[in-house]
Amino acid sequence: MRIQVWGTRGSLASPGTDTLRYGGNTSSVLLIGSEGEYLILDAGTGIRPLGLAIPDDVKRIDILVTHLHMDHLQGLGFFGPLFNPEIEVHIWGPPTTTQSLHTRLSRYLSPPLFPVRLRDVPRIPELHDARHYFRVGGMRIRADRICHPGATVGYRITDPNGSCLAYLPDHEPALGERHFPGSGDWTSGFDLVRHADLLIHDAQYTDQEYPDHIGWGHTSIGQLAAFATLAEVRRLMPFHHDPGHGDAQVDAMMADLSQRAPSIEVLPGRETAQVDVAPN
Amino acid sequence: MAQQPIELILTRQLASYLATPMFLVGPEGELLFYNEPAEALLGYRFDEALEIPLEEWAGAYLLFDPATGERLTIDEFPVVAALRNGKPDHTTLVYERPDGGRVPIVVTSFPLIGEGGALLGAAAIFWQDGER
Repeated sequence: MRIQVWGTRGSLASPGTDTLRYGGNTSSVLLIGSEGEYLILDAGTGIRPLGLAIPDDVKRIDILVTHLHMDHLQGLGFFGPLFNPEIEVHIWGPPTTTQSLHTRLSRYLSPPLFPVRLRDVPRIPELHDARHYFRVGGMRIRADRICHPGATVGYRITDPNGSCLAYLPDHEPALGERHFPGSGDWTSGFDLVRHADLLIHDAQYTDQEYPDHIGWGHTSIGQLAAFATLAEVRRLMPFHHDPGHGDAQVDAMMADLSQRAPSIEVLPGRETAQVDVAPN
Repeated sequence: MAQQPIELILTRQLASYLATPMFLVGPEGELLFYNEPAEALLGYRFDEALEIPLEEWAGAYLLFDPATGERLTIDEFPVVAALRNGKPDHTTLVYERPDGGRVPIVVTSFPLIGEGGALLGAAAIFWQDGER
């Protein structure tokens, strides 16, 4: 499988001269499976330019949403293929015990927040609860709930060729842990991430910033180094950069992470990054 | 060992911060965790390395009906009742500590039911009757 990163910023789109290299769009990643599947991970503002790059012959797109915070959803109304009746769009999102995915998506895709209702697009997308295990084409997908405020899942996506991507852009596995990391069986997200060929993971804070943001649902660089090392991932893409961090600061955080997770290849989470995810 | 469901992970984390004794079991009644206040009241240290099957841990605890003085069966343990009945349970009982001393204990137990109605385990909070 191959991934293209179209949005890597956390919390709020942050365009400007200080974010040119890592990018200002919020979470959206295109994944092309080895059998031609088109999956999109999250619908942040990066999904708008991503939609412009979809080839004309693609007739089905599956959008896997980790959770419904605005930075993961705001681009959906600007995703061109959603308005193309020749394209079948499927949206997968975390289930809750009280409200359907349609109800929760419609809060955004309706006035006063958005002029077009979900029911008014030319071909209504098919909505699915992202629950446990499912397939898209030949891709096997596991969705598990992880530690982040509100219903949130992470995804583990396995290609028929055996390559495995784990995607947990918003995750706070260290929340409440006195000594992080503990054992894997008591660590949020561990089964999703274990031995992944590529892990795309929250890296929002420096270790110095984290204590002022406990419970906000994100990870510090030191926690990420420990988590990825515990799970023995092969490659790691830090993601969901804080909107207040300019390129120089993110550079320094990437260098810090590489030093603290020496057994793992760190691929900076930059908008426009493309990575082939191959089995080990 | 497979990762525990997030609901159990967060319940355990909550328990580890509470000053109230708290006890956590899995879906088969296996002992998963109890916190330091529970250690102090029960008189047993929690061993992080083990998940103890229901029959094994329940056999080690001596619980008695305060009205009759009869020892409770495993099914009458409050956390087991909450697990098997799928609803909260509140009761008073007598606990015999390893040193032979007996203390009255008030126990509130509740099942942990996750997304899709999955029964993930049960938790019990308890305290010595008369203490605040």
